[in-house]
Amino acid sequence: MRHRWIRIEETLMLFLMRASLLVVLGSLVFILATILIKGLPALNLAMLTQIPRGGYYLGKEGGILNAITGSLALAGGATAISFCLALAVAIYLHNFCSSERWASVLRLALDVLWGIPSIVYGAFGFTVMLFIGLRASLLGGIVALVLLELPIMARTMDEVMNLVPSGLKEASHAVGATRLETAFKVVVRQTLPGLITALLLGFGRGIGDAASVLFTAGYTDRLPSSLFRPVASLPLAVFFQLGTPVADVRARAYASALILTGMILVISLLTRYFSRWGMRNVIR
Amino acid sequence: MDTVIQSLGLTVAYGSQRAIDNVTVSFPERQITAIIGPSGCGKSTLLRSLCRLVELTDGVEIWGRVIFDSEDIYAPGVDVTDVRKRIGLLAQRPYPLPMSIYENVAYGPRIYGIRQRSALDELVEKELQAAGLWEEVRHRLNEPASALSIGQQQRLCLARGLAVEPEVLLCDEVTSSLDPLSTQRIESRLIELKQQYSIILVTHVLRQARHLADYVVFMYMGELIEHGPSEEFFANPKHEKTRAYLAGEFY
Repeated sequence: MRHRWIRIEETLMLFLMRASLLVVLGSLVFILATILIKGLPALNLAMLTQIPRGGYYLGKEGGILNAITGSLALAGGATAISFCLALAVAIYLHNFCSSERWASVLRLALDVLWGIPSIVYGAFGFTVMLFIGLRASLLGGIVALVLLELPIMARTMDEVMNLVPSGLKEASHAVGATRLETAFKVVVRQTLPGLITALLLGFGRGIGDAASVLFTAGYTDRLPSSLFRPVASLPLAVFFQLGTPVADVRARAYASALILTGMILVISLLTRYFSRWGMRNVIR
Repeated sequence: MDTVIQSLGLTVAYGSQRAIDNVTVSFPERQITAIIGPSGCGKSTLLRSLCRLVELTDGVEIWGRVIFDSEDIYAPGVDVTDVRKRIGLLAQRPYPLPMSIYENVAYGPRIYGIRQRSALDELVEKELQAAGLWEEVRHRLNEPASALSIGQQQRLCLARGLAVEPEVLLCDEVTSSLDPLSTQRIESRLIELKQQYSIILVTHVLRQARHLADYVVFMYMGELIEHGPSEEFFANPKHEKTRAYLAGEFY
């Protein structure tokens, strides 16, 4: 009797697992297929190399180089800043924070920040910008994205640093290294693959987010030229083009989404490559 | 017998649990001292409190003094990194640092400001030779240390510890994760190294204590039971707990 139940249970669970897998893979394939089928016909070299000309939004010539470069500047800048801040937070939590209580308060705060919707960061950033008299600009967008990326990166780094064996840190202390030397020369090297993953997670979140840059970075048809001028971004390019009545422009929205997805794919592959390279020295 | 390091009324507690209680003992210079006793008797805690590594554990409290070079290493104002540099520790499980073989040995010296490549090269070769690893790794110094076998890793850790030129070498059951051949290699290194270093060795292998030690310290339940020169200690143990332990009545 028991035997039969176990077999039914096993079959049922296996079915559920496979079904879940199908949902995951199916949605990926479905999304990719949609943007490929709808976007590929509209994709051409001009999309990648030109900024919008007059009449672009009515289906005439031009491209979205403004949004591509804008997104890279926004996400690149924000990721670089967040990485440094998040590393400082994670290293503090693991090597300098002597009170477990205080550490758990910090972790809770980061988890709450992680869960805050990006539109709230956008609105918050916008309020602060109004207060200090800054208009929608690359700088404003970067600040909003830093707020968005920082908790993700800090918590990811925190989790990988949790896995560093205490014996490894002790080995460094045993030759007389200070806590700072141990953190930067040993912990950072040991967690390098995880730090690179954190970098990717932050960048992916930053480059794909529309809501936080809507008010803070604005939108423009020009290439980014100054920290204090508005910049375009790919998620907003998709959003604006999808909202037009012109079919050609809507197709370009899908092409833009394809470009964004392609960029994220390239970043993911690069990260994998560098992660593997960083694994070289890791002590297991 | 000259004393290199001495604990005076040393007590270490994790929370309310006293790991070692009021231990007063002197360790002889340029000899091998073995600290023996059943598991959980406080051997490792005693060892780690001699180089102030014990305080890295959360919630640990320490009372008493440890006199080294006529100073209390727990006195306020003492530079803890300097203490750890002069009193090195080799841990039970080898933990090479996440870098190349060369960088592992050069890690300590670099921290103390040796930058010159030729000086580092010389030092790395010298210490790897002292640890008996040079011949095996001389052609692959730039490979990651993680690629070495566990026995080689332990000798690399020994070389890394020696590279900062400590005066005392603390060894915490350094052969317990190694195969017999690697164990033998480490043991013969330690015998050679006692010409220059004072070695304090924690072990639960009586054979090893008999083989290596000039002086023996026996601990039981966090207390110091008996200590004395090796020959006398093994031939004529005074305390009944010591006799029972040596007879194999408990481990």
